[in-house]
Amino acid sequence: MEVIAPQAVDTLIRLLAGEGYEVVGPTRRDGAIVYDRVGGLEDLPVGWTDEQAPGHYRLRERDDDALFGYVVGPHSWKKYLFPPEETLFRLTRQPDGSFVTEPGTSDAPRRAFIGMRACELAAIDVQDRVFLGQAVQDRGYAARRRDLFMVAVSCAEPGGTCFCASMDTGPRAREGFDLALTEVIDATQHFLVAEAGSEAGRAMLDRLDPRPASDAEQAATERVWAEAPEKMGRQMPADAREVLNRAFEHPRWEETAERCLSCSNCTLVCPTCFCSQVEEVPDLEGQRTERVRRWDSCFNQEHSHLVGGPHHESVAARYRQWITHKLATWHDQFGTSGCVGCGRCITWCPVGIDITEEVTAVRRDPEGRG
Amino acid sequence: MAPDAVATLPDQAMAPEPWRIHSVRRDVASNEVLSWTLYPEPGVEPGAAPAPGQFNMLYLFGVGEVPISVSAITDDGGIVHTIRAVGSVTRAMQDLEAGTVVGLRGPFGTAWPLEQARGRDLVLVAGGIGLAPLRPVIHAALQRRSEFGRVVVCYGARSPGDMIFRDELDAWAARDDVDLRITVDRGTAAWRGDVGVVTQLVDRGGFDRRNTLALTCGPEVMMRFTASALERRGLKPEDIYVSMERNMRCAVGFCGHCQIGAHFVCRDGPVFPYPVMEPAFRVREL
Repeated sequence: MEVIAPQAVDTLIRLLAGEGYEVVGPTRRDGAIVYDRVGGLEDLPVGWTDEQAPGHYRLRERDDDALFGYVVGPHSWKKYLFPPEETLFRLTRQPDGSFVTEPGTSDAPRRAFIGMRACELAAIDVQDRVFLGQAVQDRGYAARRRDLFMVAVSCAEPGGTCFCASMDTGPRAREGFDLALTEVIDATQHFLVAEAGSEAGRAMLDRLDPRPASDAEQAATERVWAEAPEKMGRQMPADAREVLNRAFEHPRWEETAERCLSCSNCTLVCPTCFCSQVEEVPDLEGQRTERVRRWDSCFNQEHSHLVGGPHHESVAARYRQWITHKLATWHDQFGTSGCVGCGRCITWCPVGIDITEEVTAVRRDPEGRG
Repeated sequence: MAPDAVATLPDQAMAPEPWRIHSVRRDVASNEVLSWTLYPEPGVEPGAAPAPGQFNMLYLFGVGEVPISVSAITDDGGIVHTIRAVGSVTRAMQDLEAGTVVGLRGPFGTAWPLEQARGRDLVLVAGGIGLAPLRPVIHAALQRRSEFGRVVVCYGARSPGDMIFRDELDAWAARDDVDLRITVDRGTAAWRGDVGVVTQLVDRGGFDRRNTLALTCGPEVMMRFTASALERRGLKPEDIYVSMERNMRCAVGFCGHCQIGAHFVCRDGPVFPYPVMEPAFRVREL
């Protein structure tokens, strides 16, 4: 077990920037922790934490200087790998009436992500299966994904809407990173345990002045790893897939639809939701046009557009589609759950609909007798 | 960390390529249904020839893209698409003339299991514009007529004036190796044929219940009752295939719009064995 000082995270950010990476990490803005460019430790939300509950998110100051003493905010790394808006193609009309198609500009700097949580590593694995694991691969996603340097942080203090332990995706980062950090902080000590997950990660760690952990430091770190799963605010039933596969006509969906605003917040904050639409954006002369892809949501009525009207006309059908896809049919499509237990959909739902509570309710009353 | 084996996207899967409209056929008095015969522009390397049942994404410069099934394949590399002008993109396509260049990418999706029909009776049940995706099956079956048993084509249209491919229907009706049955929802004074739902045509039987493959395409309610009628005639559910319609946008399983349960209609369909789609007919808004 190797230990680095908190200040080494500053060194890490500067070294990565020096190697040409665009370094992105957690920052504090508009009362939330969001991902943005970071230049050093001063850009991180040092000494801050978040309170999360259904429909509730507040930042507050900690009484220590923890670097990573919060969990996930409304952003996810999805916004970098699968951007909310992307020009896929530019087309130009030719004199003979034909047209030529060129790829849209693909914004693909080499990026380093600092402070990725275990659920977020799992979410990227889920999106890899969508955009890289099918017969056709997404060119832009592949380019942005290829050169990523990933610095993970194992959560020591899961939040009020977290349930990664029950999804088996966290809270400890176990694979898929270049470097993984575990922060240990109390009245007498503040250090980070660093683990390399790749050759690039090993080489970087060697430049951060690592030293072997003492027995006491090792014990403290193992205590963090052991206790974190117990601090989850929520839990997803292990048989969620089977529960939902039997619940297509459950009356619960009608009840949930009475609260659901169909606002699509849950799908926008979800790190795995991948629905998109492509819009045609022509110029005024009609000589050039662009195919622009934007995030879409199964909560939008147009999502299920058919000639006779939207197929998912009712909010109940849309909510059922979302939760069933996320937790059940995703397994059939991509060999994994579409949910990683990050809790964002619970926190950022304006009316506090809780995906774990919905599954639990259906499970408790499978026949819907009420 | 990089994921394993990152390859890049074949461009023709996502980028429309220029194809020229060689001829336009307008089928219904209202101009609502038109068929384009398309050929690739010079420099375009067409992918695999589409199989009956598959679809292409057709694109109109500056307007947008729509999924349209293949309604015929010509001997010289042309593709025929039959379009019903009912949405914003298809209405913009409605008045295009021969010579216009449109975009095309594909083919996508699953095909009708024609090989499974060899040595068996073939029953095709079409409703309205649903005749178009079945038409290349009829062409193939007639070309290889000896490989199949009885060929029964049941076609239901709203009215005699809404029938498409009238000349071909007449030609099939004149053959003694095709059993063509037509019905309309509403007749006219001159109409001497059947009036009523297309399932009545299935109820007449005339095929071997133990050795028949049935393919159906039309509105969902029509396919559902057709499947029931076929089952009443003794067909097993797995001998029945349906072609589904959903909001297919990307055609490659990326955009999420066309899901029915675990299935992406663009990738896993549009042609499905009936038992796979049975829940979609039963559960509302699935």
